[in-house]
Amino acid sequence: MTNNNMQPAPLQAILDPTVAESRAGDGSPAVMLTGAWDIRALEARAKLLKSRLKLLSADAGRQWDLSSIQRLDHIGALLLWQAWGKRRPAQLVLAPGHEVFFSNLDAATGAAPKAPFDPLRLVRTLGSGMLLAYEHFIGMVQLIGQILLDSFALLRHPLRGPWREISASVFRVGTQALGITALVGFLIGVVLSYLSAEQLKAFGANIFIINLLGMGIIRELGPVIAAVLVAGRSGSAITAQLGVMRVTEELDALSVMGIPHTVRLILPKIVALALAMPLLILWTSGIALIGGALAASAQLGISVNSFMSGLPGAVPTVNIWLAMGKGVVFGALIALVACHFGLRVQPNTESLGIGTTNSVVTSITAVIIADAIFAVIFSDVGISLS
Amino acid sequence: MSPIIEVAGLWTQFGDHIVHKDLNLTVMPGEVVSLVGGSGSGKTTLMRQILGLEQPTRGTVKVFGIPLRGTSTQTVQKIRKRWGVLFQEGALYSALSVFDNIALPLRELRAFDADFIHDMVMLKLDMVDIERRHAAKMPSDLSGGMIKRIALARALVLEPELVFLDEPTAGLDPDRSESFVKLIRSLHQKLNLTVVMVTHDLDTLVSLSDKIAVLAEQKLIVYGSLQEAIAVKHPFILNFFLGERGLRALSAVSGLGQLSSKH
Repeated sequence: MTNNNMQPAPLQAILDPTVAESRAGDGSPAVMLTGAWDIRALEARAKLLKSRLKLLSADAGRQWDLSSIQRLDHIGALLLWQAWGKRRPAQLVLAPGHEVFFSNLDAATGAAPKAPFDPLRLVRTLGSGMLLAYEHFIGMVQLIGQILLDSFALLRHPLRGPWREISASVFRVGTQALGITALVGFLIGVVLSYLSAEQLKAFGANIFIINLLGMGIIRELGPVIAAVLVAGRSGSAITAQLGVMRVTEELDALSVMGIPHTVRLILPKIVALALAMPLLILWTSGIALIGGALAASAQLGISVNSFMSGLPGAVPTVNIWLAMGKGVVFGALIALVACHFGLRVQPNTESLGIGTTNSVVTSITAVIIADAIFAVIFSDVGISLS
Repeated sequence: MSPIIEVAGLWTQFGDHIVHKDLNLTVMPGEVVSLVGGSGSGKTTLMRQILGLEQPTRGTVKVFGIPLRGTSTQTVQKIRKRWGVLFQEGALYSALSVFDNIALPLRELRAFDADFIHDMVMLKLDMVDIERRHAAKMPSDLSGGMIKRIALARALVLEPELVFLDEPTAGLDPDRSESFVKLIRSLHQKLNLTVVMVTHDLDTLVSLSDKIAVLAEQKLIVYGSLQEAIAVKHPFILNFFLGERGLRALSAVSGLGQLSSKH
């Protein structure tokens, strides 16, 4: 294929675009454009030239001589076209080969289609928001129902269960989270202990640091901190994983092979989180108590040994079972929310980002709501008044 | 005329695996050059090296006479505004609408007002035969053929002198791929473009290319017209051009059918 209008390399240098006013042969006003009118030349001075050209084109009878333009492209042509008020001037001289740039401008530069004014926009936004909430609710109920059905099937045929996936998930969400939960738990314990020590010292109630930290950490802080960390760490990972599988059609590939993705992908994550979460809570609370005990010995002179031996008296054992019960619920909640948002991801990158953010925010909120419900239901369990 | 692309003494090595060994390639202005070769022959790697996305182990790549390596970032940015790239899957930004995808390079220049950008985008959409009502859609709502066309419009919006096409017709049905080839050909004639493309599709290759660069055995075994390429007796060329599919594509081009049947 050979190029028809390929021009020989210009021997003269490429000049800047210039506008010169002149007089045509019959004495009428004329404008002569020279130099290069392409994107490279116009990039720096488009706005300046456009206003200059607009001024000149106010005179309708003016003759436009474009025959000495060295280079022209669509950018230059459109700039001129807009300066002319989107129509061809009556008298226009073009260089051969430049006509092509003006040929399809007529059709292209119509009025911009404007979005029509919608007086009911607010109502519509509210309505679609409510429909979305309803959709989320239905989706969640369906997911929980499907998971329950799958669990019954699993109980009937335990050998066909996704045990390998479950153990892999326990490793990912549990074992690999030990480091970060320990670090955060330890620091929270230290900070809490320092804060309370100052207050208790004022009342001479030093020994009550054991009750304060014991109840606070074991019953409330340990579970919530571990759950928030896991929601941020594993919840986002689960949503992103399912979302990417949606984007790359892997979920559809599983479906057409007759492998239900609730059994292979979602159930293992829920089971794994429900198993790993109580253990992580024990671990986090334990480390937090160690941090608290160390800080108490530094601040109040209560030895770590007496702190630990005083703990069983201050905190009834039922609190540990309560914390572990919370763990099971929090873990399952985080996994459910993460899977729900993961499955809703649309096949594009923006949706993946929004889905992951929503998943983390929703699961942390859900954990805190569940914690409040626990606090109300078990308000008279495990709180000794001795 | 000075060449637009000059690749000299290029070596590419991944560990012990040598992909390119002392490869040379020169592309002159206005040419349409097709890179062909078997899978793993390094066509896409070569193109990415010309684009500066990957670094060759040794050798120089000059585009518009300027070496990409060891040049200031500003100069490289300037070069990058002078070329357009059509990626295999289009690579439209999925978070942006069709309009914003095409408008993005123009907006980045910060030289033009909103009205100008709007008209320019519409002009480019007309150029690639996409109706305006699609401008507000998101890339995920579009078919593969439309994505390719819009990606081409985006590649052309800064009026590039040089266009790279990676598998321009892969994933399109025969009808659409034919019209896409026609589109590229008409744009090439109209805009005086230099085109470098990687393709497996013989129909595209035969109907668009001025020159064919065949990559095999770590170098260019042929670099010339279709006739010159066919004349070389190399197993890859015999398979690629003179296999059943090749002959069918070649017979569509008058004169070449007889020529190739002599082999």
